[in-house]
Amino acid sequence: MTHDPGYNFAYLDEGTKRMVRRAVLKAVSVPGHQVPFGAREMPLPYGWGTGGIQVTASILGPQDTLKVIDQGADDTTNAVSIRRFFSRVAGVRTTTRTRDATVIQTRHRIPEMPLREGQVLVYQVPMPEPLFRLEPRLSETRRMHALADYGLMHVKLYEDIARHGHVSTAYNYPVMVANRYLMSPSPIPAFDNPKMDNMPALQLFGAGREKKIYAVPPYTRVRSLDFEDHPFRPHRADAACAFCGARDSYLDEVVCDDRGGRMFICSDTDHCETRQEAAR
Amino acid sequence: MAYVAVKGGEAAIAHAHGWMAECRRGNPAVPGIGVEQIEEQLGLAVDRVMAEGACHDRSLAALAIKQAQGDLIEAAFLLRAYRTTLPRFGHAAPLDTRSMAVRRRISAVFKDLPGGQLLGPTMDYTHRLLDFALAAEALAEPAPEAEAAADEPLRRVADILAADGLMPAECDAGEAPPDLTREPMAFPASRAARLQNLARGDEGFLLGLGYSTQRGYGNNHPFVGEIRQGEVAVCFTPPELGFEIELGSIVVTECDMVNQFQGSRTQPPQFTNGYGLVLGRGERKAMSMALVDRALKAGELGEDRVAPAQDEEFVLMHSDNIEATGFVEHLKLPHYVDFQSELEVIRRMRATAAAPAEDRA
Amino acid sequence: MMRPGFADPVFQAQASFRAVLEAMSRPGRVQLLDLPLTPPAGLDPAMAAVLLTLADADTSLHLPAGAEDAAEWTRFHCGSPSAAVSEADFVLALDAVPVLSTLRQGTDEAPEQAATLICQVALLEEDRGWRLTGPGISGSHHLRVAGLPADFLQQWAAQRQAFPCGVDVILCAGHRIAALPRSVRIEEA
Repeated sequence: MTHDPGYNFAYLDEGTKRMVRRAVLKAVSVPGHQVPFGAREMPLPYGWGTGGIQVTASILGPQDTLKVIDQGADDTTNAVSIRRFFSRVAGVRTTTRTRDATVIQTRHRIPEMPLREGQVLVYQVPMPEPLFRLEPRLSETRRMHALADYGLMHVKLYEDIARHGHVSTAYNYPVMVANRYLMSPSPIPAFDNPKMDNMPALQLFGAGREKKIYAVPPYTRVRSLDFEDHPFRPHRADAACAFCGARDSYLDEVVCDDRGGRMFICSDTDHCETRQEAAR
Repeated sequence: MAYVAVKGGEAAIAHAHGWMAECRRGNPAVPGIGVEQIEEQLGLAVDRVMAEGACHDRSLAALAIKQAQGDLIEAAFLLRAYRTTLPRFGHAAPLDTRSMAVRRRISAVFKDLPGGQLLGPTMDYTHRLLDFALAAEALAEPAPEAEAAADEPLRRVADILAADGLMPAECDAGEAPPDLTREPMAFPASRAARLQNLARGDEGFLLGLGYSTQRGYGNNHPFVGEIRQGEVAVCFTPPELGFEIELGSIVVTECDMVNQFQGSRTQPPQFTNGYGLVLGRGERKAMSMALVDRALKAGELGEDRVAPAQDEEFVLMHSDNIEATGFVEHLKLPHYVDFQSELEVIRRMRATAAAPAEDRA
Repeated sequence: MMRPGFADPVFQAQASFRAVLEAMSRPGRVQLLDLPLTPPAGLDPAMAAVLLTLADADTSLHLPAGAEDAAEWTRFHCGSPSAAVSEADFVLALDAVPVLSTLRQGTDEAPEQAATLICQVALLEEDRGWRLTGPGISGSHHLRVAGLPADFLQQWAAQRQAFPCGVDVILCAGHRIAALPRSVRIEEA
């Protein structure tokens, strides 16, 4: 396959790629730390994956096979749009198969199939700052990260437990990376958090509008914040997938009629299809 | 099965874009609007798109407006996305607005001044009555009789005040200005970074903030020292030539607001200024920018930062309408995975709340 | 005559970057950077590729004294402004390796501003030598490096105390590279 000759391979000019690549390397060397970078204006709106797209464009090569998911699915509109963008400007092979992909760009999910060495997972991140709901000022949160002063977040979680008996954070559940940096896992459901821990694949995070890149190297400790008497517990709907019968995957709830009828299906479409194929 | 999983996103997108293209064209029996017509007859829209798109190219801005169906933020976005792909040859010399070929210049602080008050093209003092004659598609409109542009460069009011020591002269700190298109905003921000950010910022956002300073949120007590509009030369020194050449001229609007200042222990009482400069004829934005620039000087001037317009991080992180529109509109994207996790949590919480107290963990 | 840089600046830079990224993500694993590159005398192909991949006019570079061919080639192809050891984004070491603490360390608020040391060494070998642990490593990796100062591990241990500040190191030998991100712990085997 070839790429659109009107643009450089993978859209970005080589100078921009070098700038992004340098930021990625620094992000890898300080796991969980948000590295500011000169995010460019992309031909897609801010908030729609421009950070992830810039990271993907900077690492992608002709030998790669790209998978793009949004909400776990390859066929959601934004995933389709981004995959189409890359097949046009980079001409790379694309796939919906998690196991065949070398680069996976994602919004809001981590695939159910364990990722392996040789794969890179690129997250689209809307708000990279894990503390932003507690302290919106970047000058303040930067100081807190420098001092590893995360008391504010512990207090917030503790108050949740005192008030509700549970931590009320269901997604974007904060994690500690390599025992040093508090990090936003991006708005993945807390169910996916444990997959980040000791993952053999490299995890890169791009926030275009907020102009930050951060990373979790392979085999790195990623711990969801919790308390001894209230350990972190990921949750999923207590149901089986209506298509493949999975009881261990993350499920989407679908309203199927006007009488309160619900059904549950796998959010990870490739996982679901692979299971259905195996069952046939 | 009643429910069909969301498939065929690609086809749906293609159809939606087809429909949008049809909407853009409207009734095909009506002649299509030309880019030249937009450039010539919707000049203020073109100017706004160039200012917020941070790219001075009238015909590209007009094309963007046509493509965006008149949605000016969308048009500015199209222009910005195009601008990013352009190679950079170098940096132009700072614009010298002292040597502007002025066609409009007013000062609210002096009744008269060298060069006089020049109304130039303005909507000021028009009565906002719909002109039904325009709807009649008049073939030939009478040629407007405008004042000629000033022949000589006009002295800037800010310079007049500075010469008397009544207002500090703006001086070049000698530092290379940052380039916000290449490096992220950092705080505290330099004045150059602030002005660059505001010049690209959304007119409506700056207007609202500027207005708030007039209503007591960060008391400014502003006077329009001067608004000037006209053509300035853009100069550039190509490294291979080693001397400066003029690339052409562009229309800009500049505003100097003069503000009260009580003085401090280190400085005698004097006026302080707020500055605005906008590509094209963006007078409302230049004035708003000058109000906000002055408000953001609170830190340097030792004033309490209490109002939103004085809050550097708040203002500069939210001024960009391309960033803002993207993030607000991203809420349209599917969020059902997150919503599902919220559903699970809220159901659990409700169950906990409904359970008898002794059962609670 | 000036030796050429990448024959294919887009794809060779991408391939080199992925090798560097892999090296930085998996400290102690040696990556092969087998590109058809003919750098000037004194510059190993891996080193030349890393420079072409990461350095440009937006980054400052410290080149060692001497090595004129290498310096001239790097200046020509990368266009990086030169800077003192203590200021440069990238510090190049060919024979003498500067003391880590003399390079830019970054700050607790901006650790990303620390320098990267790109070091040409005599030998890089996996599965023997130093024991490496930390992010990027399942259990431990072993790496043997010949050509670093005798007190390198003491310097490294001292810099580890200042984490997240500290220098990241890219090691090059012939066509091979390995990296030591500041997060890694290194012990004698």
